[in-house]
Amino acid sequence: MSETGREESFVQPTQGIQRQLRKAVVVGGNRIPFARTGGAYTKSSNQDMLTAALDGLIARFGLQDERIGEVAAGAVLKHSRDFNLTREAVLGSPLAAETPAYDVQQACATGLETVLGLANKIKLGQIDSAIAGGVDSASDAPIAVSEGLREVLLDLNRVKTLPQRLKVLSKLRPKDLAPDAPNTGEPRTGLSMGEHQALTTAQWKITREAQDELAYNSHRNLAAAYDAGFFDDLITPYRGLTRDSNLRPDTSLEKLATLKPVFGKSLGSEATMTAGNSTPLTDGASTVLLASEEWADAHDLPKLAAVIDGEAAAVDFVHGKDGLLMAPVFAVPRLLARNGLTLDDFDFFEIHEAFAGTVLSTLAAWENDEFGRSRLGLEGALGVVDRSKLNVNGSSLAAGHPFAATGGRIVASLAKMLHARGHVDGRPARGLVSICAAGGQGVVAILESH
Amino acid sequence: MTDTYTQFVSSGPGRKVARKIGLPQPVILRRHKPGQPLIPGPVLIEGSTKGADELASTLLSWDIDVRRHPVPKERLGAVILVLDELTHPDDLEKPVLTAATSLRDLAPNGRVITISRHPGSAPNAATAAARQGVDGLLRSLAMELRSGATGNGVLLADGVSTTSPSVLAAVRFLLSGKSAFIDGQTLTVRSPLGKLPDDVEKPLAGKVAVVTGAARGIGAAIARTLHRDGATVIAVDVPAAGDHLAEVANQVHGTALQLDITREDAGQKIIDHAVSRYGHLDIVVHNAGITRDKLLANMDHSKWSSVLAVNISAQLRINEALLASEYFRSSPRIVSVASTSGIAGNRGQTNYAASKAGVMGMVGATAPLLEPYGGTINAVAPGFIETEMTRRVPLVRREVGRRINSLRQGGQPVDVAEAIAFLASDAAGGISGVVLRVCGQNMVGA
Repeated sequence: MSETGREESFVQPTQGIQRQLRKAVVVGGNRIPFARTGGAYTKSSNQDMLTAALDGLIARFGLQDERIGEVAAGAVLKHSRDFNLTREAVLGSPLAAETPAYDVQQACATGLETVLGLANKIKLGQIDSAIAGGVDSASDAPIAVSEGLREVLLDLNRVKTLPQRLKVLSKLRPKDLAPDAPNTGEPRTGLSMGEHQALTTAQWKITREAQDELAYNSHRNLAAAYDAGFFDDLITPYRGLTRDSNLRPDTSLEKLATLKPVFGKSLGSEATMTAGNSTPLTDGASTVLLASEEWADAHDLPKLAAVIDGEAAAVDFVHGKDGLLMAPVFAVPRLLARNGLTLDDFDFFEIHEAFAGTVLSTLAAWENDEFGRSRLGLEGALGVVDRSKLNVNGSSLAAGHPFAATGGRIVASLAKMLHARGHVDGRPARGLVSICAAGGQGVVAILESH
Repeated sequence: MTDTYTQFVSSGPGRKVARKIGLPQPVILRRHKPGQPLIPGPVLIEGSTKGADELASTLLSWDIDVRRHPVPKERLGAVILVLDELTHPDDLEKPVLTAATSLRDLAPNGRVITISRHPGSAPNAATAAARQGVDGLLRSLAMELRSGATGNGVLLADGVSTTSPSVLAAVRFLLSGKSAFIDGQTLTVRSPLGKLPDDVEKPLAGKVAVVTGAARGIGAAIARTLHRDGATVIAVDVPAAGDHLAEVANQVHGTALQLDITREDAGQKIIDHAVSRYGHLDIVVHNAGITRDKLLANMDHSKWSSVLAVNISAQLRINEALLASEYFRSSPRIVSVASTSGIAGNRGQTNYAASKAGVMGMVGATAPLLEPYGGTINAVAPGFIETEMTRRVPLVRREVGRRINSLRQGGQPVDVAEAIAFLASDAAGGISGVVLRVCGQNMVGA
């Protein structure tokens, strides 16, 4: 194997024996259809949805009573009661109760990070099998009590006598009774993600037409993938939903062009981001089954693709140095350099469509000579992403984006695509995953067909 | 679940009321529970032939309490009438009337089983008349039995004895609670092939079975029953039914395969899944079926073609792939779900009845093709079965549908599943090309 120089990596176990890293492969995946918030999954909790996604995965691969090495998943919008969300989902599933689990939270990169973390454990020989996943519900979002009420309630718990209690209660003010609803605003800037992206979109001069076209392609590609049966072994229906409810197979560039901007309205004529080229709030869950080659073989399960490498990056968006969702722009060049690859060495690009503007700003940055030199430390532009290889079976604009579930959606779909492609010019087919996340973060990864 | 009326008349006061005003009196049928005795009571074997003696000694070896002569006033679990050497209709009288004296002693949910030779191979008219006579006798007797008791027959082809594996397997099946809703039917054993199981509780141990339409109803019951009998189950259904399918697959510790069986490559997909996960494929149950009822005068293309595509064309195409596969050559079994509509017809179901009658035609023509591999193909034709589908039938039609059979009630999905599990077993290797009705001896098209 060689293109990526993996065989040169060694671990040094304590006994002092040098051991080669082994492969971590994607066996397959399962997700539930994604539902627009307030839709089919309004009454479903994160635990319900994650368990449903697990149930489908277990059924697809016959994992009942199997002790999986480890399960990792997470949610971005999480109730405090869900402190052990993944373990609780495992306990509610047909997996062996002896399967350990842990929660991960890295905003929208949660799902991909679970894949990378578990794949690393498999590569190191710590576990032989793993399930990565993610779930989010914007419908069943946690609502917190105000800081004032919270303090009073905690104080009330500490005092013993009635007079003391009355004294504590007297501190309560009417405004304290208003609940704190969750929002997707960045804590350090107060701006929503969409407002942040609107600034980046304008900075990179991304046109409304280009954004609408990307959104149109996302819907068209996703609809075609459904019609071709691509998702038959990737999705299990849930609560009456058999397809992603955000998918509009009949949308058109004309229809998209009629929508009014919703973000960046203060930019006036430069406001280009609409509900059509932005991802709506979505509910859903996804899972990915990972394994060592030996475990997959012993269980007569397929090996679709190998998880080659991953990289995280973050940007200083607080001071406006970079756009909030531009971290992958920096993560990808580092990942490519480490693996001796260029953008031309890939057959599929899965760039998460938080907003059409995010994808297009990312591509623009990579194509920009000046940016490549001054910010990426390259001799010029990083390169061009062949659009015919980009999100070929649709992405978040069409499917929706339940934050932590997007990574699993992409990895399972990409692994299937890579496996189907097989080899290209004598090398394994290769895919690049790029996911931006709140807090100015991003996680990217390379997968190769097996 | 047992319908409300049956529950009502099975209780003390309900039974009294029903008896007084002459209402039908269905009983809660005896159904198989692992570990329970095959038959609750002694079995009287009536008949003096060598075949009767041999059968009696085999049943004794199963630890069954066997009687060779009626004992007055003794509660009997079953009466087996061995009539395998008839040469003239006159031969019927003695064994039949002797057995008749015991009928009043038959326990609730008891069994009457006739064993006779298939009329098709009779050497002369008198023998043929005698053999065919058993059929009329049996069907009428089944209608006279009460309290959940059933009457069924086993027909032996030339070269088949009363102790051929498939005959013994059929007798065991008919005695057991697994045949609860089969009544007034005959089952032809056409060859001495077949192998009795090492473990009667796990007759399908080591087998890999595909069940289409497994997400709910009869299909889910088939998956559970095959799993109970030891098979590894691949549960197949359309992607849109995937959530129910996953639930069934997880219950039976099998795998879910979301697949539209009308796809051109469905057969290959099924074989690939079975071979890659389990290395072989032994049993395929074609259960997936749809209804799109309409009077023929109002029938349109989509209602006609979708029913035919799912119910018969898909089965034909999948069977072609199976017959061509080297992985389906070790005593393979195909069982198709037909319907009594395909036998008797049903108003508003020209499309459905055409497809289900087609299934029976297919089964007959495919049987010889599987013979070289020790394989069999059979169909099971359910009558009124209590499913989500029949729960949607309007009340009056539903009540009529339930009561116009000898057992005065609808069957359960598991009753169909039990018949399929039996036909899919190694022991049933001598039974091929038949249609077994699971209808409680429905008056329609009997």
